[in-house]
Amino acid sequence: MDFTFSLASFLSFLVAVALAPLFMGVILKVKAFFAGKQGPPWLIKYYTLIKLLRKGSVYSTSTTFVFKLGPIVSFVTALMLLLFFPFAGLPPVLSFHGDVVILFYLLGLGRFFTVLAALDTASPFEGMGAAREVFFSALAEATIFVIIALFFRLSGSLSFAEYFTGVHAVNLWSESAALIFLVLIALFIVLLTENSRVPVDDPATHLELTMIHEVMILDHSGPDLALIEMGAFFKMLFYSSFVSCLLFPFHTGTPLFNVIIFYIIMTLVYATVGLIESITARYKMDMVPNFILTSFALVFFAIILTMEFVQ
Amino acid sequence: MDNLLQVTNGEAVSRSNIPNLDFNTFRQTILDETRHNGFIVQFFAYEDEEKTLKLIAVIRSGLHLYVTGCSLADEYPALTVENEKFHMFEREIAEQFGVHPKNHPWLKMVRYHENYRGKDDVFGNDYTEDIPGNYPYFTVEGDSVHEVAVGPVHAGIIEPGHFRFQCAGEEVFSLEIQLGYQHRGAEKLLEQPGMAMNRLPVIAESIAGDTAIGHSLCHSQAIEALAGLEVDEASKIIRSVALELERIACHVGDLGALSGDVAFNPPMNYFGRIRGEFLNLSMTMAGNRFGKGLVRPGGISFSVLAEHRKIICDKIASETPGITNVCDLLFSAHTVIARFENTGTVPRKLAEELGLVGYSGRASGLSYDARVTFPTEAYDTVKANVNARTVGDVFARASVRREEIMHSLRVIPELLSKNIDAQPIPFAPGYTLAPDSFVVTINEAWRGEVSHCLLTDKDGAILRYKVKDPSFHNWTGLAMSLRNQGISDFPLCNKSFNLSYCGFDL
Repeated sequence: MDFTFSLASFLSFLVAVALAPLFMGVILKVKAFFAGKQGPPWLIKYYTLIKLLRKGSVYSTSTTFVFKLGPIVSFVTALMLLLFFPFAGLPPVLSFHGDVVILFYLLGLGRFFTVLAALDTASPFEGMGAAREVFFSALAEATIFVIIALFFRLSGSLSFAEYFTGVHAVNLWSESAALIFLVLIALFIVLLTENSRVPVDDPATHLELTMIHEVMILDHSGPDLALIEMGAFFKMLFYSSFVSCLLFPFHTGTPLFNVIIFYIIMTLVYATVGLIESITARYKMDMVPNFILTSFALVFFAIILTMEFVQ
Repeated sequence: MDNLLQVTNGEAVSRSNIPNLDFNTFRQTILDETRHNGFIVQFFAYEDEEKTLKLIAVIRSGLHLYVTGCSLADEYPALTVENEKFHMFEREIAEQFGVHPKNHPWLKMVRYHENYRGKDDVFGNDYTEDIPGNYPYFTVEGDSVHEVAVGPVHAGIIEPGHFRFQCAGEEVFSLEIQLGYQHRGAEKLLEQPGMAMNRLPVIAESIAGDTAIGHSLCHSQAIEALAGLEVDEASKIIRSVALELERIACHVGDLGALSGDVAFNPPMNYFGRIRGEFLNLSMTMAGNRFGKGLVRPGGISFSVLAEHRKIICDKIASETPGITNVCDLLFSAHTVIARFENTGTVPRKLAEELGLVGYSGRASGLSYDARVTFPTEAYDTVKANVNARTVGDVFARASVRREEIMHSLRVIPELLSKNIDAQPIPFAPGYTLAPDSFVVTINEAWRGEVSHCLLTDKDGAILRYKVKDPSFHNWTGLAMSLRNQGISDFPLCNKSFNLSYCGFDL
């Protein structure tokens, strides 16, 4: 394990955490633009978080400590994820061989506790949402692990730091660009699925029966809801950074320049999410598995192309 | 045909002319009449001056309207057994008058209230309790079957209603809808002895806030028929225009909401703005955005002059291209089509059995449009609208609404092209209603056939005021459309019908 503490790594982590809510505003602005509206202020998500943190939480008498645990675990696991990510080509705060596997299961742990908290309310909606969330993320997990296997073949490593800062860095500008292109599309589908975006889920709806993720957190309020929201922002930031790092190598030599390019690309990734939400409707619930499994098919094809009998 | 009296829409007839059959003949007559192309317009009970309970049925068949009646005992063999169209009507009669329809397949209360005659409750409920008690829901049993209860308090700003789903996973086996949370006793308010005549229209237009013009038209036409009031041509035109503006505003708003329900944002926002433009046109005429206070017995209560007509025509001309474009955007997006098509289908046969009305009926291939079949106001000059897609799914209901918007946008300038100024009626009109009379009025409001029925006693006071909103027919259609659908498609189906809760609850 490499625990060398670097100020630059720590700063890049803090900047990412601080900017996570701002990028959600980008999606809202893009959607507002396509709807011919001004949209909410750029800092809307910060205002929402402050508002929620100043409120009290309401707990149903039928819930137990499990319900209170859900938001904390999902927040902490999402925050831990960011500690391991090499933003803008800077080495991450923490890194070890095999961290990718742990990290995706940490995400799974967060989801597990969100689901438990949802089931703890005994509301029929929340159980329904939990069933959908678990089913769809199980499908997305297949894609993620094929990607990890593929990256292992390409870079010979099992950590985020090595993927993007190592000698055999994986990105669209390397010799395996064609494979990475397939991975990018698949990863974007996973991003939409895991972060409950259109066309899989609709974060803006008020219709409980159609919700997937939102319905599970209906009973949370105040600071608990703020934790869940922040967890969601971090998760979104993680997947977007993942996509951004595949898009561009960030090897310009000047760290500051790297950081600027990185956040420009991040803005574009978020804007693309907003664009997709503006030009497509949601899929019917029974079409969603097909959509997610498309990502699996793409990366599966990519990994077949790396097999020796093809080469 | 001696058993049926033929009447016309908005014609006052003497109550003594209405056939008073014995129950079995009555039952057979209306069952025969509604078996094929006959539909129920009104089916209700009332107590006459001697406190005898009587039944009245108003039936439409083709271009004709028939009325018949009989006396009713405390128990009778239910008509629902033979014809599903009577289902909700018989439950309503049982609730209002404590009459027991024997062998009714699903005898439950409609709106949770005591009956008017102080009889024992048919459903065994105690209404002094906050929650009156006895109302089992239809259940499906089995290992993987689960029940989802939604409402009456919902996440959005919508009216209260309870929906009980029986599902296996995502698939819905059955949906039962229980309403009544907004029962205000509208019919009783309208019948209240000594109620000042000029307060009646205010109550009538508040029956359903989104159908203010539809209900106040029905009310005014009924009062006009009973009081012998004449409405001048200019007022008739303005009343028709008001009804069409209400239709456009509601349809536009709902197309936007349908778009929002499938998370397709741009049309939702565009239509939201456009709906406001049309509500504002109602404000131009009536001083408020929902057209309340415009229609009154005898005419309209504001002057609508050349300048108002110009504002309306100009606005329609400037908004029409925008509406066309946003409709194209909505109906050509393939992800939207994928959601709308084959969702919540009500086939024609089922629609006919349930007696659906309005755009929900027309989307299933029942072409009935009261503006064409029983024209009132200025509608005898208006050309009928034709619908292209009538397969009964969400897409059909949405595209029927689109066609109706386009139709109304053409109709309004045509109606206004006569260029006559409409003058307001006097503030406090003095009139009395004809004694011992009966009148039924029908109008095609935006949601479908609205009908009011009035009976007067020997002094010309209102003996019975019966209101029927199209939602009373169509809620069953929504429940049926959900069978074997995904539960996540419920909000979409619900919005495609967009039925009234308060219009049903009265």
